[in-house]
Amino acid sequence: MGASIAFAPDDTQRYLLRIADTALIHAQRLMEWCGHAPVLEEDLALANLGLDLLGQARALLGHVGAQMGLDEDQLAFLRDEAHFLNLTLVEQPGRRGGADFADAQLRNLLVAGWLLVLWQRLLESGDPQVAAIAAKAVKESRYHVQHAGDWVVRLGDGTQESARRLRAALDRAWPYVAELFADDAVDAAAQDQGLGPRASALHAPWREVIAPYFGAAGIPWPETPAFRSTGRQGQHSEHLGPLLSEMQVLQRSFPGGRW
Amino acid sequence: MTREALPSPGQGRDGEGSGLLRPQATGSAGAEWPLWEVFVRPKAGLDHKHCGSLHAPDASAAVQFARDVYTRRQEGTSLWVVRSDQIHASDPADKEALFDPMADKVYRHPSFYTLPAAVDHL
Amino acid sequence: MYTQAMDIGPAEAKRHEPAELEARFEARIDAGDFIEPKDWMPAHYRKTLVRQISQHAHSEIVGMLPEGNWLTRAPTLKRKTILLAKVQDEAGHGLYLYSAAETLGTSRDQMTEALLSGRAKYSSIFNYPTLAWADVGVIGWLVDGAAIMNQVPLTRCSYAPYARAMVRVCREESFHQRQGFDALLTMMTQGTEAQRTMVQDAVDRWWWPSLMMFGPPDADSPNSAQSMRWGIKRNSNDELRQKFVDACAEQAKVLGVTLPDPDLKWNESRGAHDFGAVDWAEFWRVVNGDGPCNRERLAARSQAWDDGAWVRDAALAHAHKQRHKEAA
Repeated sequence: MGASIAFAPDDTQRYLLRIADTALIHAQRLMEWCGHAPVLEEDLALANLGLDLLGQARALLGHVGAQMGLDEDQLAFLRDEAHFLNLTLVEQPGRRGGADFADAQLRNLLVAGWLLVLWQRLLESGDPQVAAIAAKAVKESRYHVQHAGDWVVRLGDGTQESARRLRAALDRAWPYVAELFADDAVDAAAQDQGLGPRASALHAPWREVIAPYFGAAGIPWPETPAFRSTGRQGQHSEHLGPLLSEMQVLQRSFPGGRW
Repeated sequence: MTREALPSPGQGRDGEGSGLLRPQATGSAGAEWPLWEVFVRPKAGLDHKHCGSLHAPDASAAVQFARDVYTRRQEGTSLWVVRSDQIHASDPADKEALFDPMADKVYRHPSFYTLPAAVDHL
Repeated sequence: MYTQAMDIGPAEAKRHEPAELEARFEARIDAGDFIEPKDWMPAHYRKTLVRQISQHAHSEIVGMLPEGNWLTRAPTLKRKTILLAKVQDEAGHGLYLYSAAETLGTSRDQMTEALLSGRAKYSSIFNYPTLAWADVGVIGWLVDGAAIMNQVPLTRCSYAPYARAMVRVCREESFHQRQGFDALLTMMTQGTEAQRTMVQDAVDRWWWPSLMMFGPPDADSPNSAQSMRWGIKRNSNDELRQKFVDACAEQAKVLGVTLPDPDLKWNESRGAHDFGAVDWAEFWRVVNGDGPCNRERLAARSQAWDDGAWVRDAALAHAHKQRHKEAA
C-alpha cells in the first residue's frame, strides 16, 4: 500500500478532482493554525473551516474514486504530486512557512468566494451526486465568505500595521488568482457535458462577491500580472512536494497498514 | 490590580455580593476584546438559554464565534449575544426581599383552587 | 488534576472572614447548594477556584499542541477529520473554562499572562512529546480517560459556572476517549506487525505519565482537604488513580497491549489492582518546568500570543471606528 497508485483520470474526473484537491490542500494548510491562532475563538473558527473543506474534499474524492476503482484515501495519500490538480494558490506556504494571519484570511476569502460561485452553479450539475454535494457545500461556503470577508475588512480598515500586512498578503496572493479563471480543454468538456461551469464563467460572479469586501477594507482592485500558475494541470510550485511528503508519510511508510 | 485578579478589598467581602470585575473594553489598541454573553435557542418554540461567554471585537464576530463555539453539535437554531456589561442583574443581597414574598401568594397557582371534577380541567 | 501543584506545599494563611458569613456559606455547601457568581464567598474559595479553573483551561489549550502536531500527518482523511474535531473541542473546552473563571473576577488576558509568565500551571501530561501516530490514540484512551474520571465528579462542583462548564465538557469528552480507543483497536486487531509495535511503544511511554495526572499521593496533598470541604474537589487523588488503573487494566486486555508495570496484579482481597511505584521525582521535575516539552509548549503559546497582537489590536481599532461611524 506504500507505492503510488496508477492514475489515469478522464476529463470529467479531472474537473472534479480540481475542486476536491483544492479543498483538501487548502484544509491541510489551514490546520497549521490549530493551537496557534491570535485568539482562542479563531482557533475554533479556522478548525471549523478546515472541517467543512475536508468534508467537501472527501465527498468529491469518494464520488470520483468510485468511478476509478479507488477510495478517498488512495487518492489523497498515494497519488504523486503531478497528479494533484489543486489551485496553486492553496499550496502556497501556510503559517509554518511564514504566512501570517492576513495571508490566511485573504486566501480564505479568495478561495471561499471561488468555491461559493462554483458550488452555486454546480447545484444545476447534470451529475446528481455532484448537485447533492453542492447543496450542502454552498451553505458552508456562504458562511466561509462572510467570516473571511469580515476579517479582511477588519484588517484592511483596522490599524496601519494590519493594513500594511493585508497589502503585502495581497501582493503575494494575487499572481495566483488568474489561474482560477483560465479555461482549458477540461473546462470545455465539463461545460459541454453539463457537469459544471467553465472556469472563466466564474470570474464576474466571483468579483461581485469579493469586491464589496475589498471596498470596505480600503484595498483597490489589483492589476492582473502576466504570471500564470498551472497547478490545475498538475504542474505545481515548489511548495506542494514537501506538503505531500508530510501528508502522505504514514501511508507510505506503513505499507498494508489499517488505520 | 493583583496578579490573581481578586476583587480589591471592599468589593465582594461585605456580603453584598457585587464582587464581579469585568474589565471594560475601551477600543484602544492593546485593550482586551469585550466579553459577550451567549444565549442559544435550541429550537423554535423554546426560549434562548444562557450557555456561556466569549470574547469578540464586535457584534458580528460575536455571533459567528458563538456559532462556532456553542452550536457545533446542533444545539441551536438562533443565537443572541449581549455585551456582558449590558446585563443588569438582581443583587443576591436583595434575594429575600425580591423573591421570598412570592412564597405565600399561593392563590396565584391553579392548584390552590379545588373544583368539582367535572370542571377541574379549567 | 489541574491542581497538581496546589495540593502540596504550605497551607496558605486564610484571610479572616466574618464568622457569620462564613458559617452561612459553609451551611450552603453542606446542604448541596450551588454557589453562583454574585454570591458571597470566602476570598480563599474564590482564589482557589480561579487557580483551579484557569489551570484546567490552560491544560486544554496546551493540550491542543501534542495532538495538533499530528494533524498534517494523520494517516487517513477520516482520522484527520476526527483529530481536527477533537483538537477543536479542546479549544472549546478551554474557552468554556476561561469563561467560567471570568465570573470570579479575573480576565482572559490576565489568565493568559499568568500562563505565559510560567506562574500558572497546566496538567503535566502535556509536557510529553507525541513521537508516533499511535501516541494520538493512546492520548485519547489514557489521557482523555483520566480526564473524564476527574471531570465527571466536577459536574457536581459547588461553584455552578464551573459545574455547568463541566457538564458541557463531559458531553463532548466521551467521543475523545472512544476515538482514541477505536484507532488503537483497529491498529492492534487489523493492522500490521509494525503498527502493533508502534502502539505498544506508545503505551510504554504514556502509561506512567498518565498515572501522574492524578497528582501526588493523598498523604502528600495537605491542601486537598479544604477543597474537598468546599465541594471543589470530590474525590481524592489516590482514589481516582486506583479507579483509573482498574479500568485500564481491563481495557488493555481488549486491546492486546501490555501495561509497562511488572507489579500490576489483581488483588482479590482488596478487589482492586495492585500497581507499582510512580516515579514522583519525575513528576515534580515535569511540574516544575523541566519535562521533555515544557519550554516548547510555552514558547508555542507565547509566540501565538505575540504574533497575534497586531490582529487583536486591528480588530479593536476597526470596532472603534465602526462605533464612531454609527454615532456620526
